[in-house]
Amino acid sequence: MSKVIVLAEHQDGALVKATLNALGAAKALNALVGGGFSIAVAGAGALDGVVASLQGYGAEAIYVAQDPALAGYTAQAYAQAFHAAVRESGAAFVVAASTAKGKDCTPRVAARLGAGQASDVVGVEAHGGGVVYVRPMWAGNIIGRVRVNTPVQVITARPTDFEAAPQVGGVSPVKPLAGAVDAASLRMSYVGLDAVKSDRPSLTDASVVVSGGRGLKEAENFKRVLEPLADALGAAVGASRAVVDLGWVPNDWQVGQTGKVVAPDLYVALGISGAIQHLAGMKGSKTIVAINKDPEAPIFQVADYGLVADLFAATPELTAQVKARKG
Amino acid sequence: MKIIVTAKRVTDYDSKVIPTADGKAINFDNVDFKMNPFCEIAVEEAIRLVDAAGEGEVVVVAMGDEEATQEVRKALAMGAHRGVLVECDESKLDSDAVARMLVKLCQDERPDLLLLGKQAVDGDSNQVGQLVAEHLGWPQATFAYKLSVEGKGATVQREVDGGVETVRLSFPAVITTDLRLNEPRYPSLPNIMKAKKKPLETMSPEDLGVALGAPKVEVVSYGLPSSRKAGQVVDSVATLVSKLVNEAKAL
Ligand SMILES: Cc1cc2nc3c(=O)[nH]c(=O)nc-3n(C[C@H](O)[C@H](O)[C@H](O)COP(=O)(O)OP(=O)(O)OC[C@H]3O[C@@H](n4cnc5c(N)ncnc54)[C@H](O)[C@@H]3O)c2cc1C
Ligand SMILES: Nc1ncnc2c1ncn2[C@@H]1O[C@H](COP(=O)(O)O)[C@@H](O)[C@H]1O
Repeated sequence: MSKVIVLAEHQDGALVKATLNALGAAKALNALVGGGFSIAVAGAGALDGVVASLQGYGAEAIYVAQDPALAGYTAQAYAQAFHAAVRESGAAFVVAASTAKGKDCTPRVAARLGAGQASDVVGVEAHGGGVVYVRPMWAGNIIGRVRVNTPVQVITARPTDFEAAPQVGGVSPVKPLAGAVDAASLRMSYVGLDAVKSDRPSLTDASVVVSGGRGLKEAENFKRVLEPLADALGAAVGASRAVVDLGWVPNDWQVGQTGKVVAPDLYVALGISGAIQHLAGMKGSKTIVAINKDPEAPIFQVADYGLVADLFAATPELTAQVKARKG
Repeated sequence: MKIIVTAKRVTDYDSKVIPTADGKAINFDNVDFKMNPFCEIAVEEAIRLVDAAGEGEVVVVAMGDEEATQEVRKALAMGAHRGVLVECDESKLDSDAVARMLVKLCQDERPDLLLLGKQAVDGDSNQVGQLVAEHLGWPQATFAYKLSVEGKGATVQREVDGGVETVRLSFPAVITTDLRLNEPRYPSLPNIMKAKKKPLETMSPEDLGVALGAPKVEVVSYGLPSSRKAGQVVDSVATLVSKLVNEAKAL
């Protein structure tokens, strides 16, 4: 019996890094409530690779639900599989990363468990013999402390706010789960993923992010002005909602309250005004640089270094100087 | 085609809310309220789908205090046919309670689709649609970007990490909206007038078999985020680079 269970995520058999941050959140919970943690993996076909990547983190067990019905990700089937794993583990705390899949599937697991869920948790604290979960609300304008009043408590953890769990060695026993999915009950099917192809680091893993906003004036300038700087910095590229809506860049690049949350070592905002919904997704970055021609732009309230300038002049200059430094 | 759609009343996304002095609640003085932007998108989509089907009904639902009538009326002015207000103390609601009321409504009304926003921009929980879907054993497509109805089902493109995913659902189903599904219309003045005559039923949570007061998830306190320390304005790219190198050690 583990006190905590982590719902692991993989994409086509490769472990998603945010799961390691969810393991970090599980360890933070263990520090408050005691016990150890186990891990749940769901999928079809060979899951050996995923299971191997989860070895060495100190899990008491790795529960594996393998079923043809789990071949493509669907919330309905995965919720059943994860639910079976939680039941088998006897865990009282369920943790998933608040990625797109985590947000999609975890509430269904909570519903099956009759459990309450705290979403997008950024911290866990002891409180009157129990636990409270710290979570941003109102686009991060408010920090709520919430209690879950059910025997099993479910959280999704924001990956940027929990350190990835370190390797500690050892081998976790692997426990297969049979009959976890009732295929006859499924009324949805996975068709496919139209993946955004990029040679750059992924937005949520990158240590440097360069984001662009409407100040870039047209889609072409993302390539012409912004991307050379991103290349020079080895950075991932992000965007404000405004330019995603305009169709300049993929949806997947949106940073903010209702997009991705990032916390790189360096975040560079070019031509972004700094609406609260955008700040909600990047104000946890270590160092923030903003280039904007409007000295009153709210982005300057969170920027460590603000440059009031025309980005079309300043960005190429910055790119050249970064390149010169890096040789 | 019958669709139930939700219209939550939330604080205007442009207004900045603060906690009350004791941290037990939110101070709503001088704050404007509006329909949750994701709900507006859901209402718009519901109306378009029923229009395209050439038959059917859009039923709009809000849970909240009497003021939430305004959001129901707005949805009716946009083109929904009938409204339901579940009148209750908004501060006693959690996602689970909202979900269980919607479950009962879906059992009574038997829609083809329940359309909701992916998240309410006040609580930012992103749960209600998924909870209802699981309670009913229905399929779901969250974060919908494009959707097309084909017979008794739909193909939905979803905004996910790494791209756009496509799923196929059979009705009845739950769909939650993302930002780029559509552009909600502004209700015209004549339609605002007409909406006043459309049927609007008021219910209590008890009517839907839900007793409020024992929330599964409870906010213990509300606080402010820690603010970043004041930054500096630099006068040139050269200064910026030198500060990034020497001060922030970020290059
Ligand atoms: C429900 C909801 C959810 C939302 N979620 C998000 C979200 O997740 N992420 C997000 O980003 N937004 C989100 N938004 C949108 C947000 O409110 C803003 O509208 C958006 O962030 C603005 O994008 P922007 O800064 O690119 O554009 P603008 O606000 O138009 O700013 C453009 C900036 O560029 C500057 N500029 C123009 N020309 C130049 C130049 N030559 N050189 C330098 N600077 C220049 C201008 O001074 C201005 O500050 C959401 C909104 C709603 C209602
Ligand atoms: N009180 C409410 N009244 C109507 N709809 C609601 C209410 N609360 C939540 N919803 C719907 O559920 C969605 C998800 O909400 P949440 O899980 O609270 O972020 C929202 O976008 C709304 O569509």
